[in-house]
Amino acid sequence: MELTLTPNYQALAYLVSAFLFIFALKGLTHPATARRGNLFGMLGMVIAIAATLDGEEVQDYWLIGIAMTIGAVIGIRVARQIQMTAMPQLVAALHSFVGMAAVLVALGTFLNHRAADELDGLLMGELSAGVVIGAITFTGSVIAFAKLQGIMSGAPIKFIGQHALNAAIAVLTILLAFKFGTTGAIWALLLMTLLAFVLGGTLIIPIGGADMPVVISMLNSYSGWAAAATGFTLQNNLLIIVGALVGFSGAILSFIMCRAMNRSIINVVFGGFGTSGDSGGSAGATAAQQGVKSASVEDAVYWMEDAGKVIIVPGYGMAVAQAQHALKEMMEQLNARGVEVKFAIHPVAGRMPGHMNVLLAEADIPYDQVLEMDEVNSEFQSTDVALVVGANDVVNPAAKEDKSSPIYGMPILEAGKARQVYFLKRSMRPGYSGVDNLLFYQENTSLIFGDAKDTIEGIVGALKGTGH
Amino acid sequence: MSESILALYVFILACFIGYYVIWGVTPSLHTPLVALTNAISGIVLVGALLVTGNPDAGFFASLMGFLAVLLASINVFGGFLVTHRMLSMFKKKK
Repeated sequence: MELTLTPNYQALAYLVSAFLFIFALKGLTHPATARRGNLFGMLGMVIAIAATLDGEEVQDYWLIGIAMTIGAVIGIRVARQIQMTAMPQLVAALHSFVGMAAVLVALGTFLNHRAADELDGLLMGELSAGVVIGAITFTGSVIAFAKLQGIMSGAPIKFIGQHALNAAIAVLTILLAFKFGTTGAIWALLLMTLLAFVLGGTLIIPIGGADMPVVISMLNSYSGWAAAATGFTLQNNLLIIVGALVGFSGAILSFIMCRAMNRSIINVVFGGFGTSGDSGGSAGATAAQQGVKSASVEDAVYWMEDAGKVIIVPGYGMAVAQAQHALKEMMEQLNARGVEVKFAIHPVAGRMPGHMNVLLAEADIPYDQVLEMDEVNSEFQSTDVALVVGANDVVNPAAKEDKSSPIYGMPILEAGKARQVYFLKRSMRPGYSGVDNLLFYQENTSLIFGDAKDTIEGIVGALKGTGH
Repeated sequence: MSESILALYVFILACFIGYYVIWGVTPSLHTPLVALTNAISGIVLVGALLVTGNPDAGFFASLMGFLAVLLASINVFGGFLVTHRMLSMFKKKK
């Protein structure tokens, strides 16, 4: 006798699976429970897939088997080989897959329902939502991927009438959705899909590369709403629940990222700061002209080796230079001398939320030594050396002091309160906001020019050489 | 109450759960959070299975279903595995 789940058992299985997904996210409350949370998530997914496959709607397994095998092989290979610094790209790519899958599912559902003559206005309305959100997610994520991967320039692309164009496309898309919903005209569906794909691209191109933490979070949110819309189309509560969870997750992350820059989501979405070009001349010479002190590795070592506490402020530059492993070695050398070492993370450091934490964890730096902005800011006053590695705007006192500054009001890491501040920098180029960093001119600040990784390796070498 | 209204109830309530659960996530795990939500939004796989497994699906519907299953599977397998990889790196001080 063949055992097939009746719709009620299937619905109960979906409920268990939804429950497990919620606990999976809950697990991320703390690193100690996070891995268990991920396992809950996997279990939830296995139950959901098994319940679907065993349901009476699924009769044909051949294509499914082949597609899942190919998908699994690709997914596992990529997940194993991806470098932690490339995580933002991977995430963007995965978002695009969810978007495209939502579009395909909506179109496929339309075809199946049309063949069975079961189309109605409500279904076609829900279907339109799935197609449009999915398509925007897809091209938006592809553009984000291209910017992160360096295929496309990270600079914002702006032109006159851009917002009017986007608005026109959006209105036209909605009109087509209405046309499709009331008549079922397939040309309206296809044209609507096409326009939504275009809109996904035109919405993302004006957003600069350094606003990527917001873009990634937003696309994360879109991919959730796309899943939820698919759930409405298919009358599937599990998809609706998961879609809502993911949609809100991305929305909250976007909010946190915007708050950390003191900018509104509107301001980010409609194109923010430009990236200014490189200033000519050698870094050291330009620095001297501007009244900035430059220092050598030995100066930094002199201050650090007998320090009580050193706080390291990493930024995207650390990721670019792949300096996290060298930092770990430096931390060990300093710890061996009885120096306390901590890391201070600004919410928008890096190219995606939490980017720095993962890179530091990759370098085996214990997470209890990596602190968030609110936890660490009171500690800078009692810190001997603040070492800023590839970060800039997030420590700029202009955000607190200069009302005319574009970054005024942005919460910052108060590295300037440490007794000595060392900046590891490639050049005098300002941060992505294009704003000059007031901290450079502070009495207790020195800049060490060069590649961050080389500089830190130099410090490690000097510390080893001066062993007590 | 129609099925669609019921679906709307489920959706709104799930939004509330999402809101409260996500605010609890520690900022240090925001990258794994994005990767995990990526993996679980691979749940569109369920929709893809329903399209593909339909015995009456025509050629185009099957093709779209096939591609959707493939893409969603990459998300599911890749997403959970990469989240696991990241979370395994987070260690306390020995």
